[in-house]
Amino acid sequence: MSRSLLRTISIPVAAVVIGLLIGAVLIVTQDASPATAYKALLIGGAGDSDAILRTLQKATPLIFGGLAVAFAFKAGMFNIGGQGQLLVGAVFAAGVGFGIDGLPMVVHLPAALLAGAIAGAIWGGIAGGLKATTGAHEVIVTIMLNFVAGNLTDWLAANPWKDNSGSNIVARTPLVEDSAVIPTLGAVPVGFLLAVVTAAICWMVLERTTFGFEVKSVGHNRHAADYAGIRVGSIMAMTMAVSGLLAGLGGAVESLGVDGRFEAGVNVGLGFEGITIALLARANPLGVVPAALLVGLMEAGAARMQFKSGVAPELIDVIQALILFLVAAPIILRWILRMRHDSSEQVQLGAGWGKS
Amino acid sequence: MSDILLGARNVSKRFPGVLANNDVSVHLEKGRILALLGENGAGKSTLVNILFGMYRPDEGHVIIKGEKVDLRGPDDAISRGIGMVHQHFQLVPPMRVVENIVLGAEPIRRGLVDIAEARRRVVELSQGYGLEIDPDAVVEDLPVGMQQRVEILKALYRNADVLIMDEPTGVLTPQEADHLLGVLRELTQTGLGVVFITHKLREVLAVADDIVVLRNGEVVGQTTPDETTESGLAEMMVGRSVVLRVEKSVAEPGDVVLKVDKLSVEDDRGQVALNEVSFEVREGEILGVAGVEGNGQRELVEAVTGLRDLSSGAMKIGADEFTTGSVRQISEKGVAHIPEDREKHGVIGVYSLDENSVLNRYHRKPFSIRGLLRRDVIKRHAEGVVEEFDVRTPSTSVPVSSLSGGNKQKLIVGREFSDDIKLLIAAQPTRGIDIGAIEFIHRRILEQRDKGAAVLLVSAELDEILGLSDRIAVLYDGQIMDVVDAQEANREKIGLLMAGITD
Repeated sequence: MSRSLLRTISIPVAAVVIGLLIGAVLIVTQDASPATAYKALLIGGAGDSDAILRTLQKATPLIFGGLAVAFAFKAGMFNIGGQGQLLVGAVFAAGVGFGIDGLPMVVHLPAALLAGAIAGAIWGGIAGGLKATTGAHEVIVTIMLNFVAGNLTDWLAANPWKDNSGSNIVARTPLVEDSAVIPTLGAVPVGFLLAVVTAAICWMVLERTTFGFEVKSVGHNRHAADYAGIRVGSIMAMTMAVSGLLAGLGGAVESLGVDGRFEAGVNVGLGFEGITIALLARANPLGVVPAALLVGLMEAGAARMQFKSGVAPELIDVIQALILFLVAAPIILRWILRMRHDSSEQVQLGAGWGKS
Repeated sequence: MSDILLGARNVSKRFPGVLANNDVSVHLEKGRILALLGENGAGKSTLVNILFGMYRPDEGHVIIKGEKVDLRGPDDAISRGIGMVHQHFQLVPPMRVVENIVLGAEPIRRGLVDIAEARRRVVELSQGYGLEIDPDAVVEDLPVGMQQRVEILKALYRNADVLIMDEPTGVLTPQEADHLLGVLRELTQTGLGVVFITHKLREVLAVADDIVVLRNGEVVGQTTPDETTESGLAEMMVGRSVVLRVEKSVAEPGDVVLKVDKLSVEDDRGQVALNEVSFEVREGEILGVAGVEGNGQRELVEAVTGLRDLSSGAMKIGADEFTTGSVRQISEKGVAHIPEDREKHGVIGVYSLDENSVLNRYHRKPFSIRGLLRRDVIKRHAEGVVEEFDVRTPSTSVPVSSLSGGNKQKLIVGREFSDDIKLLIAAQPTRGIDIGAIEFIHRRILEQRDKGAAVLLVSAELDEILGLSDRIAVLYDGQIMDVVDAQEANREKIGLLMAGITD
C-alpha cells in the first residue's frame, strides 16, 4: 500500500521539485537570491495566521475546481467548463445571498450554497446530457458554455442584480446578507473545511458506492460497462452534473466566503486552474487537497516574495506552468504506452483524451 | 553455431515474485520454423520479448547470426534483422497498406515522404514473396488475415531474416490459419527463419521443423513433428495427460428457455446482419451456432443479451416475451453471458479481480446495499471464484490486466457461473487460451447443461462446436441454413452448410 502510494506521488512531487529548481534559476537571472525569494514565498503563504488564511482562501476554489475536473476524468470525460460552472454557481449563490433577508444563518447559508451547486450542476449537466443523447463532445460544449456563462453572469451583475447603492458603477451585486456569509474559525475559513469534506465525500462516492463503480467503469472501458448493464449515457450525463455541481460550489464559496458578493471579472481563470490541480493530483480526490494547498500557498505568498526579493509575482505563474508541464508530460507518455501494451499501472486520466 | 539465425543461451528472467524464464536455451536455424509451445504463463512471451530486445535477460544472452548480442531495444533487434508480428497488430487502421508498411522507415526524397517509391517497393516485395495485397487498401477495411499479411510485409520491408509470430492464428478463422501456415512454409524457402508461438497442437505438427515446449519458465522438451503426436505434446505442455475431447452424456432437453422468432438485426454499419432468424434452446441442451466468422454470430449474441437493438422479431426468455430489453433486464432473468471479446467486454483491465468478479452484479445484494459497495463481501466472493475456477493469481487485489488470457477467461466464466443460470450465452468461450483452460471451461459448460441450463454456444472452432453441442445451427450470411442433430453432424456436412451449400 505505502509502496504504491509512493509510486503514485513520485511524479507530482518530482514535478514540483524540478519546477521550483527551474524557478530558482529564473530568480538568479533576475539578480535575486532564490533562498530569499522562496523563504519570503513560504512566510507570505504560511508565516502567520493571516498568511495561512490567505492560503486557505486561495486553495478553497482550487479544491472545488480540481474535484470537478478529477471527477469527470473518472468517467473518461474532460470537463473544461469548470470556469462557466463556477461563474453560474457564484452568481446564483450571491443572488440568494443578497436577495433574501430575514432568514437564520442555518437556513440561509445552506440555501445559498445549494443555489450555487444546483446552478453548476445544471451547467455541467447540459454538456453531459448533450454528450449522452447526441454524442456532442463535452470539451467543445463546455468551452462554449463558458462564454454563455461569462456573458450571462456579467449581464446579471450589470443589470437586474446590480448593486445600486451610493455611486457604484461597477458590475457587481450587493453584498450578501450576514446570514449568508461563510464564517471563519480563527485562521481557517469554513469554506475550506467544506472543500476538504467535499473531497473526502468525492473519494467515498468513487471508491465505495455503486455509482462510483459505474462512473469508473464507464471511464475505463465503456464497452465493458455496456456489457455489465450500466447505462453509459446516463452515467456520463450524471457525472458531468456532479462535476458541474462541484465547480458551482466552488463559485458559491467564493461569493459567500471571500468576496461577499458576485462581481463581474473577479473570478476569471479560477475554473481553469482546476485542470492544473486535477492533473497535479492525478485525478485523485484526496490528492486534490494538497495540490490545491501548494498552488494556493504560492499564490498567497507571491506578493511578499516580490516585496522582499524584487522577483516579479508572475514567476509563480511560470513555476505553476512548469509543474503542470512536468506532470502532464509523463501522463502523455504513459497514455501512449497504454495504447500499446495496456500496462497494468495506469493513469486515471487517459480515457477521455482524444476519444469522441 | 554460425548457422544459428537467432537463439537464446541459458537465459533467465525474473519479475517480482515470478521466475519467468529459467535457464532457457533455444535456437533457430536458417530456413526453419521453430515452434515455441506452452500454456499461457509458461514463459513464451517473456522469451520472445527477450529475443526481440523488449526485455533484457537477467542471466544468459541472445545470439543473432552466431554472434552474442546485447540488445538495447526492439529497434536494435529490428536493425539486426529480427521482425515481430505481435498478437495484437500494431497497425494504424485508417491509413493505407503502403503507409502502414513503410511507417517509421519511409523512403525520403527532398525531405518529403516519397510515396510513389514506397508503393513501388511494397509492390515489389509483395510480388517477390507471393504475398498479394492491394497497397492502396485502407487497413481497417481489410479482413484480419490480410491485416496480418501487412504486418508480415512490414517486417520483410525492414529486411527481416527472422520472423517472430506471436500467437498468429489466434485471431484467424480456420481457413485463414491454414493459409497462413502455407505462407510461412513458403517464406522459409527463401532462407527466412520463423519463430512460431502457439498453443495449438495441430498447427505445430503441421508446420514446425523444431518444437520446443516450455512449462513454468523452463524448457521441458525438444522434439520434431515426426517424433511426437498431439497427445504427446499436450502432456509435455501441461505436465500430465490431458483429455483433448470432453466426455459427455446424452442431453435430456426440457422446456424451451430461449425462443427467438424471426429476429432481424443490423450491424454497426446499418447492413442487415441477421435476417429473420428463428430457433429455440431448451433446458439441459447445448445449441451450437457454427459458421465462418462475420456471418451474424456477433450480432446474434449482442441481440440476445440486450447489447444490440432488434430491427424486427421477438424473443422469449422463460415466460417473458419482449422486443426490447436492456442488458440488465435480460441478465436479471438468469441469463449469463461469456462475451466474445474478453478484453473489450469481459473485464476492465485496471480493475482488480475483486471488482471484475462483480462487474455485472455489483448492484445486487449482497455485494452492495443501498448503493454502498461491500468490499469485504466482494473480496470473499472473488476469492471463492478464484478458488473454484482455478484462476492463477498472486491475489485478488491485483489488476486483471496482469493475468494471462486463460486466467482472465476462467475469471469471467467463474463470475458468470456464480449464480443459478437459466440460459448461458457463451461466445467463443475458449478463444486464445491454453489446453488446460479449454478442457476446464468445456467441463464447466457441460456441468451447467447437466444442471438444467439452456446453453447457446457460438464458436468459430468447429471442433468445439462438434465436441460440445447437442444440436448445431449453421449460420451463413445472416440466416440459419439448417439445424442438425449433433449425432448426425460431421465436419464435412457442417463445412458445406458453413459455405452456404445445401442439398
